[in-house]
Amino acid sequence: MFRHEIIEKNAILMLVLTLLTVAIGGIVEVVPLFTIETTVEHVKGVRPYSPLEARGRDIYVREGCYTCHSQMVRALRDEVERYGHYSIAAESMYDHPFQWGSKRIGPDLARVGGKYSSDWHYAHLINAQSVVPESLMPHYAFLADTPLEVEDVVARMKAQRAVGVPYSDEDIANAAADLRAQADPAADNTDLLKRYPKAVTVPGNGQQPTEMDALVAYLQVLGTMVDFADPANEKPRQ
Amino acid sequence: MPTKIEKDSVTGHTTTGHEWDGLKELNRPLPKWWLYTMYATIAWAAVWFVLYPSWPGIGGYFHGTLGYSQRDKVEADVAAVAKQRAGAMDQIAALPFDQIRKDPQLMAMAETAGRITFANNCQPCHGAGGGGNPGYPALAAGNWLWGGTLPEIQQTITYGIRSGDADARNSQMPRFGADGILKPEEIQQVATYVATLYGRPETGKDVEAGKKIFAENCAVCHGDVGQGNREMGAPKLAARTHLYGDDRAAIIAQITNPKMGVMPAWHSRLDTATIKSLAIYVHSLGGGE
Repeated sequence: MFRHEIIEKNAILMLVLTLLTVAIGGIVEVVPLFTIETTVEHVKGVRPYSPLEARGRDIYVREGCYTCHSQMVRALRDEVERYGHYSIAAESMYDHPFQWGSKRIGPDLARVGGKYSSDWHYAHLINAQSVVPESLMPHYAFLADTPLEVEDVVARMKAQRAVGVPYSDEDIANAAADLRAQADPAADNTDLLKRYPKAVTVPGNGQQPTEMDALVAYLQVLGTMVDFADPANEKPRQ
Repeated sequence: MPTKIEKDSVTGHTTTGHEWDGLKELNRPLPKWWLYTMYATIAWAAVWFVLYPSWPGIGGYFHGTLGYSQRDKVEADVAAVAKQRAGAMDQIAALPFDQIRKDPQLMAMAETAGRITFANNCQPCHGAGGGGNPGYPALAAGNWLWGGTLPEIQQTITYGIRSGDADARNSQMPRFGADGILKPEEIQQVATYVATLYGRPETGKDVEAGKKIFAENCAVCHGDVGQGNREMGAPKLAARTHLYGDDRAAIIAQITNPKMGVMPAWHSRLDTATIKSLAIYVHSLGGGE
């Protein structure tokens, strides 16, 4: 008969068995990380965020948008009918950390890109109730008055590269120019679009990019990178 | 190892048989129903692990013997509903509007689909019931910028306005102030004249000067008396329906550096039947032509 007393009275044995038990939990959590590629679908179109979008994402995280908005269209019929194609892993493979979230005080934002005009996003972020009277969203008017900190954008991109986001040396060298081009409709955005297809140029204020410009650029690209009408992206499979 | 199981005289329960420095513990096992329910869930888990996707592996995961996939499930669900709606929606997609309008059942379907789609996609800008918002046209009022017949509404929804789509409705108002086409005093004058068009009583020489400037610069799109031009999406000025406000400052701002709204193209998000349903719903809001 099994006698637990033996383990309890033998410190070394207890230690070894404890380590073994914890190791099982650890392995189950760690091993999948080494094979993470097998869980990410092979689809065309997913790219790293442009410098302005990446800064906008930082603002999104800083302001805690994820506490009310998820970015995950679940594979359920009503969600797919409301928001569009269900989210796939590849769409957030360059998100560190991902913004899937689970709270839905506001609507899901995984496919909000292109759904509304950039002007609408400005009006809505400044005073959500001005366009959606029943909205509970706080006002973020100060973002339009806050100049975007752009000095560290290169450092931020390098940090992202260190965790696996494939920014090229060219991307990093042109970060400042790309950032400004995306916040100025009058600027030449050929290079920007070559590096970051589907990047949406935001109206800006004609002077310095603001935090709101960055946030709107980020919102406008959400969920637009993968073209699900493209047969190559049909039925994304791991 | 239990050594001495004895009966506690106070409670009537037995002890566990352990003794720690004279302390003994009563044996109060879990209720049997609870314990067996737990064993049953453990057994069920084992069955579940076999039937459904469960164990991660090195090059993938164990798919389960039932071959269940959430993605297949949702695709089947969506397809099943689409099939259910197919009869009506296929007809809405295929038939011209005048035939749809003759069929009360199709109209009921289209208006319902349109109302739901509108609430999800259009309401944030155009307001509940198409009431409009500053900068976003009121669809229920009938002041159409690009036309209010059903095919025109369908066209606008499908390709959008200044959306960047190849077939989008496009128009651009020159920046009369910002680009120095008109001098500041000329802008003041023409703003005074524009105010008379929608019934503000303005008099004086500014009106006459403004009228001349209007005829030379604005009338080509907005019409001789500000009646608007739908071919160019030029808004009617002779009514108090100005998108960006009709006080003097707003008019001057709009002449100086005009705001021009953008409406997305919806053909990539919504199918033809849904867009046509939406057009029928929008048309029914009160402003349809």
